[in-house]
Amino acid sequence: MKEFLEGSQAIAKMVKLCRPGVISAYPITPQTHIVEELAQFVSNGELDSQFINVESEHSAASVVLGASATGVRVFSATSSQGLFYMQEVIFNIAGLRLPVVLACANRAISAPINIWNDQQDSVPLRDAGWIQLYAEDVQETADLHLIAYRLAEDKNIMLPVMVCMDGFTLTHGIETVDIPSQELVDKYLPPYKAPYKLDTENPITIGPLVDADYYMETRYAIEQTMKDVLKAIPKATAEFAKVFGREYNGLIEGYRISDADKVIVAMGSVCGTIKDTVDELRKKGKKVGLLKITSYRPFPIQEIYEALKGVPRLAVLDRALSLGSYAPLASEVRAVFFGKKKKPSVISSFVAGLGGRDITKDSIKNIFSMLTNKERAGEFIDLKPELLQEKYE
Amino acid sequence: MSDPTVKKNLFSVGHTGCAGCGQVMAARAVINSAGPNTIIANSTGCLEVLSTKYPETAWEVPFIHSLFENSAAVASGVEAALIYLGKKDTTNIIAQGGDGGTADIGLQALSGMLERGHDILYVCYDNEAYMNTGVQRSGLTPFKTNTSTSPIGKASLGNVRPKKPLPEIVNAHGIPYVATASIAFIQDLQRKVKKAISIKGPKYIQVHVPCPLGWRHESNQSVAVGKLAIETGLYPLIEYENGVLTARKIQPKPVEEYLKVQGRFKHLLNNPEEIKKIQEIADNNIRKYNLKAETAPQA
Amino acid sequence: MFGPLIAKAGSSKANKTGSWRTDSRPKFLRKNCIGCKICSGVCPEGCIIDEEKNNYSCDYAYCKGCGLCAVSCPKSDIVMVKEKEA
Repeated sequence: MKEFLEGSQAIAKMVKLCRPGVISAYPITPQTHIVEELAQFVSNGELDSQFINVESEHSAASVVLGASATGVRVFSATSSQGLFYMQEVIFNIAGLRLPVVLACANRAISAPINIWNDQQDSVPLRDAGWIQLYAEDVQETADLHLIAYRLAEDKNIMLPVMVCMDGFTLTHGIETVDIPSQELVDKYLPPYKAPYKLDTENPITIGPLVDADYYMETRYAIEQTMKDVLKAIPKATAEFAKVFGREYNGLIEGYRISDADKVIVAMGSVCGTIKDTVDELRKKGKKVGLLKITSYRPFPIQEIYEALKGVPRLAVLDRALSLGSYAPLASEVRAVFFGKKKKPSVISSFVAGLGGRDITKDSIKNIFSMLTNKERAGEFIDLKPELLQEKYE
Repeated sequence: MSDPTVKKNLFSVGHTGCAGCGQVMAARAVINSAGPNTIIANSTGCLEVLSTKYPETAWEVPFIHSLFENSAAVASGVEAALIYLGKKDTTNIIAQGGDGGTADIGLQALSGMLERGHDILYVCYDNEAYMNTGVQRSGLTPFKTNTSTSPIGKASLGNVRPKKPLPEIVNAHGIPYVATASIAFIQDLQRKVKKAISIKGPKYIQVHVPCPLGWRHESNQSVAVGKLAIETGLYPLIEYENGVLTARKIQPKPVEEYLKVQGRFKHLLNNPEEIKKIQEIADNNIRKYNLKAETAPQA
Repeated sequence: MFGPLIAKAGSSKANKTGSWRTDSRPKFLRKNCIGCKICSGVCPEGCIIDEEKNNYSCDYAYCKGCGLCAVSCPKSDIVMVKEKEA
């Protein structure tokens, strides 16, 4: 049913339909509305779930870890500092192969403190062993949560999923969203059956000390599973399209790239702005396009290669940094083409939209015009050099 | 050979605890008292490391180890899941940690668990230092103890702070049951565990567990040393039931008898000024908890 | 398929810690035993078999020789004897 909803409401409604048994989260802007909506559903008796108000994000993640290990579907949500506070639990959850789903309302990180949108929180966690999916609009944000549970709980996958949505833009933005019926969601997402769990009928030890003779294989196993996830995501989205009538590739989406001279590669809500800009420029005869990346982890290396190998110039747009080295998404996109015979001749790297600074259509046009034969590395868009004049002595 | 005792232990043989380890003595007493319908969430520390080295685990009940500071939070999640599944009434949940994992890094998660009122028993195994990592000082390390991060030297006589009053802090949360216990009185510990399990809500038991390696005494002296801690008043054996205190009475012995049997206090023995300060700590406990027996000590 | 992640309950029985003993082992005299179970309670390994009063024994496959049982027996019915003599 189509409703006019704030992003957080759409997420909460979709999560409610997924029937989580235990929800635990700690407040942080801009995730708060998601969790407040869920709390309201529980208190109205509309959602049969144990809602645990914890004293920190570290405990929120630990609560859902414990509940997931007991064989129950769980949900949590956080942003920025909260994600960083729970970081060791995040790695722990992936290492224990627990199918936790976490909404990350992407927000800039301290210091300095900034509550507005960029991707500097989730991108540094890309090494954690979680599946990371980035949403473009509110509909996709909601849909990705359902797909997330389906992926996570696949007994051949059993990896946690972080659904990333640009804070405020997608959490507080209001759009028309199609919220499916419970019957259809139940059809797509069966009840969770844990392959192993804490159960007095069948006692096991979860999380033993694993020394050098045994540890490496557990990490290898996650790496192998990530390869399987690359196949599982398109299957999950194909099934999604059958049930709900909405098509997603799930890994990448090429927008007007087949004959493009210049393509921007990006993740998140900026893709909507880029699509609008591409359409405008195309009307003027410019052959431009967008490659949207939905699945950042696993990184769809082969798919990106096939989509972009014939494009002469790429601009990779990062909303995060790896201070002291190449920008994160840029470095991974460049690695896709290394050593290949057929590849773009220029891959330039741009950084924009940090700390909630808007990326406008003009910003995008600026990127396209800066995408010349001269390769750029970590070029900051819409920077204000006058702010760097201040001295502190 | 079929071995009934070895089989019925819910904390099995074959763990790699030190010979004479007080903590494993207590851990076995705790889980055997709680019974097989128990799920344990355990912090990183001696107990977890010595009992779950892959592929071997000594635990015959469901057991989860996550991180150092979060066993109380993990246990909270287990409880929430069991409530959702409708299984909580038939399952006990115990969260366990050492003194470091409870009083220091784990205090936040413990406080949250207590404040939210989860039906969980938290057991703190107090060997008075971060033993697993090499005898570093914790918030429950006693006054003037020689540890590796409060070492004695020309300018120091060891740890300068008294023990954090953790049972009091826990009791201040207003939970139904708080107790201290010791391996010197195993049956008392078993009684307290059984009593705690029978109460609904958050419960806390702090067990004093001598460590031959860290305290520097012979492995066969663990019980004797533990007994002296209680008999000097340095480790009061107390219970708070809904805030009402009962204590095990003692005929107080001078603290020097406890200090002299442990290498970690050896440096104090020719220092009457320091011993006096420690005697004051014991005397304060005796006063505060009304520990002095009127007649002969209890059996 | 996930690698070494879960351990099976009680699998530590495979680790025969009796090999740690170098000096002495407990001997149960079985003369004055009153069946109080103090020894089996204090044993850190839990390897004392206490089913029958005055017939207690120790599973030497696991005993680490700490001596707590001998020290704790109220009737001095357990003594530590040198390994070589045992």
